[in-house]
Amino acid sequence: MYKIGIDVGGTNTDAILLDHNSQLIYSVKSPTSLDIKTGIEKSLQQLLEGANIDKTKITHAMLGTTQCTNAIVERKKLAKVGVIRLGYPATASVLPYTAWPADMIDKLSGNYAIAHGGYEYDGQLLSALDQQEITKLLEEWRGQVESIAIVGVFSSIKNDQELQVREWIQEVYGEEFPISCSSLIGSVGLIERENATILNAALCKVIETTTQGFVQALQAEGIFDVEVYLCQNDGTLMSIDYAKQFPILTIACGPTNSIRGASYLSQIQNTMVLDVGGTTSDIGVLQDGFPRESSVAVEVGDIRTNFRMPDIISVGLGGGSIVRVNGNKITVGPDSVGYKISEEALVFGGSTLTTTDIAVRLGLADVGDSTLVAHIDEAFAKAVQEEISSLLEQAIDKMKTSSEDVSLVLVGGGGIIVPEKIRGVSTIVKSEYGGVANAIGASIAQISGQYEQIYIYSKEPREESLKDAQNKAVKQAVLAGALEDTIELVEVEETPLAYHPENATRLKVKVVGKMV
Amino acid sequence: MRYLDQAAIEHIAIGAAFLGTGGGGDPYIGKLMALSAIEKNGPVKLYSVDEIADDDFFIPAAMMGAPSVLVEKFPHGDEFVKVFQKLAQYLGKEKIAGTYPMEAGGVNSMIPIVVAAQLGLPLIDCDGMGRAFPELQMVTFHLDGISATPMAITDEKGNIGIFETIDNKWTERIARTATVEMGASSLVSLYPTTGAQIKQSGVHHIVTLSEKIGEIIASKDQEVNDKLQSLLKLADGYELFQGKIVDVIRETKGGFNLGKMNLEGIESYKNDQMKVHFQNENLLAEKNEQVIAMTPDLICLVDYETLLPVTTESLKYGKRVRVIGLPAHEKWRTAKGIETAGPKYFGYEYEYTPIEELVKKEVAEHV
Repeated sequence: MYKIGIDVGGTNTDAILLDHNSQLIYSVKSPTSLDIKTGIEKSLQQLLEGANIDKTKITHAMLGTTQCTNAIVERKKLAKVGVIRLGYPATASVLPYTAWPADMIDKLSGNYAIAHGGYEYDGQLLSALDQQEITKLLEEWRGQVESIAIVGVFSSIKNDQELQVREWIQEVYGEEFPISCSSLIGSVGLIERENATILNAALCKVIETTTQGFVQALQAEGIFDVEVYLCQNDGTLMSIDYAKQFPILTIACGPTNSIRGASYLSQIQNTMVLDVGGTTSDIGVLQDGFPRESSVAVEVGDIRTNFRMPDIISVGLGGGSIVRVNGNKITVGPDSVGYKISEEALVFGGSTLTTTDIAVRLGLADVGDSTLVAHIDEAFAKAVQEEISSLLEQAIDKMKTSSEDVSLVLVGGGGIIVPEKIRGVSTIVKSEYGGVANAIGASIAQISGQYEQIYIYSKEPREESLKDAQNKAVKQAVLAGALEDTIELVEVEETPLAYHPENATRLKVKVVGKMV
Repeated sequence: MRYLDQAAIEHIAIGAAFLGTGGGGDPYIGKLMALSAIEKNGPVKLYSVDEIADDDFFIPAAMMGAPSVLVEKFPHGDEFVKVFQKLAQYLGKEKIAGTYPMEAGGVNSMIPIVVAAQLGLPLIDCDGMGRAFPELQMVTFHLDGISATPMAITDEKGNIGIFETIDNKWTERIARTATVEMGASSLVSLYPTTGAQIKQSGVHHIVTLSEKIGEIIASKDQEVNDKLQSLLKLADGYELFQGKIVDVIRETKGGFNLGKMNLEGIESYKNDQMKVHFQNENLLAEKNEQVIAMTPDLICLVDYETLLPVTTESLKYGKRVRVIGLPAHEKWRTAKGIETAGPKYFGYEYEYTPIEELVKKEVAEHV
């Protein structure tokens, strides 16, 4: 049995094949195509030709893709979204779509309503739903919206109203109509969660073509009976049906796959990962094999959201970063010669001093013609390396949660520029397959479920609250395609809330299980 | 008189969060409310304190309650009108000549702008703290013996209460309980004041100061060190520290967010340490085990690179910050001011010493 992993990045589409022991058998890299689909087909074709295996033994195919991110950034292929906010009379002072870029509101049609509904922070009713109000709205919107986002005040505490409204919409618009409920997408913070839910609703068409395209590409290569999965940004997988409900969860799966792949290659579960590209370096943190989540509001295409995203820090430092001398000061990056490195770097006969040239001068790497950099003063090269070291040290430090030294796994094509020693880092681990770490990350992913709610421990004791949250997370995981008896609890986060007179705690749990 | 437009509001939100010394809530939702209100009703007039009549009547407006609730359930918008009308009616005043903020802070600097836009009232360039504090009696009007009541309190559901209390500490107690019942956030109109009282007891020019601070922080054409120098000059401030947060210890007690953070010096502060104690707001800073600033003086944390204000909710390990100290308004430095909001009120056993003296002493010892 074999698994295929495909990662569509900005520059390259990588494809890899793993055997039943999850050993890497074959990998290819080909340029990402404008329509994405042709690029996937091409790399799949090359992979199967090169690997020369029995296609009927392929059981799983995983795709990590940037299509949803691109659709938002480029404002393309987005659905018209109607927003139903449940909270009237509260929240009317800031309307849905406030502070959105005007072109984005146009694309999504800008339809919204603030209807009766919502809860208080302690789960008491803010106002009751009014079915007539919703039905009337749906009649007005008929033909004008292609997808609906439902957002209830404090739905993270109680989401039965959101689910009720979803049912009413299905009664009027049919079972197949795409509906996104905010309680299943974002966390506390109405505006940010609403924004994330609207984006999720807007992606319903993109995810449809993406998943269809992938299945068709597989079929074109004669691969039929396989389980097909999409990668989420927390390093786990989702089934096609689940992905269609939560397309927004594919955003930022690229860096996630890369750090997960790094963990797999190095066999380390708790570490920091440094992925050095041509222009930038991404740093992420693995906790028990999964990327740490970001705790602050994240902007996607200029829209403030709060859905789950990996905590990644990017620095303008890569293998093509330009080295300059400014008076007495040496600067490295943030600009880079990028993909033109093979023409512009000194070692390749070009005229721009890059970080790669410094690495070759100091004997850290053997690329291009080392005689072309022999004239560089060694003390100067060391000073540049010191600057690189200090940039990395600062970025790594920002990702730490304590002042202790961390271990670091190094992947990515630009890894050669990284010095042997960095302050604050105990060991640096490298892998020869670091270049396709992202596709490996895609193919080894597991299936997760997550649940978050504010519990009042004085009413519902901690043990019961934990159990309740865990059960709900398990349900999510099963829905996403996990085998129920392999599911284990991997994360519990408790945050006591300020100002609450009772013992109110925001509880977040995450479970992970193996694929069906 | 001048008008406050979108750019002015963006700047005021940043500057007020800076003066909020870590408390006062996330400025984002407050700012969206104010921007939505002026988009609908047009820009708001700002009057300086010299432009108002002594006999005219003014009512401030503020939100009370948990910032963590406000990010999920924010007001309908017409509560402000209702609560204003109710209080005016109760007081027997036909004309309310304007409104003003109770405190500087991300949320409460913005609420009166919403009120002013909706009612077509002018905003007055003053507040009752010149910073943020957690309790209703911690207001300069209180220091001058002005009563917080009659006050009105309301929620988005339409519940309205009018309180008359025997003193301002009771106002705090009763309003706090009502706020919890209203869903942990409420709108309050209190300290109704005449123009003469504002002139006598308010912290003047605070809206303009917030706006100027915000302008400097948001400016894109200056280097961070130049921005910092302009900021310090504008606010008579001191840079107390540059460091990275290495530890944050928190506990929630009686509805407040208490704790302390440890900072390790960076750059020119490389061998120094700092400890900042907070209770919603930053209240006491110790540099190398010696107190360098204490409440009611202002201890403001800003991002090391952007100078954007850092709220106590968003503190975390590894964040690089600068600590800036500003002298409090002179009313806070009186015996009653120190008794109301000095270090001892918050449980820190120190005699209040002004920041100017503490900094001078530290510099002298260093030399």
